[in-house]
Amino acid sequence: MSGLRLALNGVCHAYRDLTVLDGIDLTAEPGEVSVLVGPSGCGKSTLLGIMGGMLLPSAGTVTVSGDIAADCLNPLSYVFQDFSLLPWRSVAGNIELVLGKCPSRAERVAEVLALTGLTEFADAWPRQLSGGMRQRVGIARALAVRPACLLMDEPLSALDAQTRDLLLDEFSSIIARAGTTTIYVTHNLNEAVRLGQQIVVLSRRPGRIRDIVRIDRPLAGRGARDPDLLAIEENLWRMIRDDAAAAERERIDAPA
Amino acid sequence: MPRLNGPVRFRGGGFSPRDNGWASAGTLLGLVALWQLGASAGLIKSLFLPPPVAICAALYHLAISGELWRHLSASLMRLGIGWVTGTIFGIGMGLAVGLWSAFRSPGMAVVAALFPIPKIALVPLFIIWFGIGEGSKIATLAFGVFFPTVIATAGGVDNVSRGLIRMGQSFGLSTWAIVRTIILPGALPAILSGFRVTTSIAIVLLVAAEMIGAEQGIGAFVLSAGNLYDTDNLLAGIVVLSVMGLIVAWVIGRLERALLAWR
Repeated sequence: MSGLRLALNGVCHAYRDLTVLDGIDLTAEPGEVSVLVGPSGCGKSTLLGIMGGMLLPSAGTVTVSGDIAADCLNPLSYVFQDFSLLPWRSVAGNIELVLGKCPSRAERVAEVLALTGLTEFADAWPRQLSGGMRQRVGIARALAVRPACLLMDEPLSALDAQTRDLLLDEFSSIIARAGTTTIYVTHNLNEAVRLGQQIVVLSRRPGRIRDIVRIDRPLAGRGARDPDLLAIEENLWRMIRDDAAAAERERIDAPA
Repeated sequence: MPRLNGPVRFRGGGFSPRDNGWASAGTLLGLVALWQLGASAGLIKSLFLPPPVAICAALYHLAISGELWRHLSASLMRLGIGWVTGTIFGIGMGLAVGLWSAFRSPGMAVVAALFPIPKIALVPLFIIWFGIGEGSKIATLAFGVFFPTVIATAGGVDNVSRGLIRMGQSFGLSTWAIVRTIILPGALPAILSGFRVTTSIAIVLLVAAEMIGAEQGIGAFVLSAGNLYDTDNLLAGIVVLSVMGLIVAWVIGRLERALLAWR
């Protein structure tokens, strides 16, 4: 396995008086897929932002260690929920954007387009693509920089169920091949058990680590109806259900 | 109890206006034809409003004598230099206001204080500052174009998705790369919409400035024709200004189509 080791030590985060994350200690091992799950508003995306250096924690530290490839342009690379593609750039242009003045730009673009099955759409505008294809561009862009850690913020939540299922299989095969450390945020527990090697269950706000569930099985062959995975999913849901209901009630009770 | 029986009434559609070049041209030509018919029927006195045919004849004579080109070239030179100057500074200031806190409040305060001032009222002041020559006219135009450009550009920058900017940051793009590849293209639709406003403002200010202190230029020509009650030439000058406006709008439309093809 390759990739970075990401270690969080006592990470807290607050927006003014509102504490979102409290005392997060977590380690993501090199090449491992860690999935963050928890009820709405528990701070999953905030935690991902802190891990990726996009947000400063109010307290605590995030450290990375490990070797990165010589041709790595960006060790920590994001895949966004809303795809975040530039509508004025073609598919290839969106990928080229993050490669800067890399001498092997054209080769890298061709390589990740082939990896994500987008070769024939290189010149298409993002608006001409389906949601699933746009997210494939997002993945291609993230992989083009040869990251050591992939940070994925609910990458499938904007897609329909069928596309989600198809892309999930592609994700697991791409992640397995790339061998990068991956942090994956999701609401969907089926996604969590199909992708996660370490599933981090956060409590409702302020988010604390409630439990860490390990699945020591290769990503390949994890089907949507695998009974063992369904049992883990059921167990995760039992852990989250009360918090999710409470979080939902809080949202309803909150003044407008 | 009320009962429904029959096909479901269609309630969708509409709210999707489309451009029609033929309708635009037809409307303008129709108005001109009505005008000509009214004049030919004696309903409109030619002293008050000369007929289109007389205006065309005046334009023809002006073109043949070379007077039209003399005035037009002077006006176009002022319009070009004034508009480009105001636009360059306006886009620069708009970007600064949209991007950096240090410029935002001071810049918007200056814009809010100076934008509402009628720029025509400043022409005498500009004549004192820059002289009666080209400087004062170009400064009037540039000043008039500057403020709406700042507002359009800053608004365009504000409307660029923060998510896209964060994406750029997450991939380690430099500030300059983010401005060049994300913010400027994202703000471009607003900037081009601003061009439509600022070119019209520039033409209005051009005429005003030329009426106050110029011997050459369409504004000076219109003023001189008005003083002589030469309404054929007066209207010919106004038609030239209108055609200038139409050409500028067409050019901006082409520019939008070329630069915003991704929409």
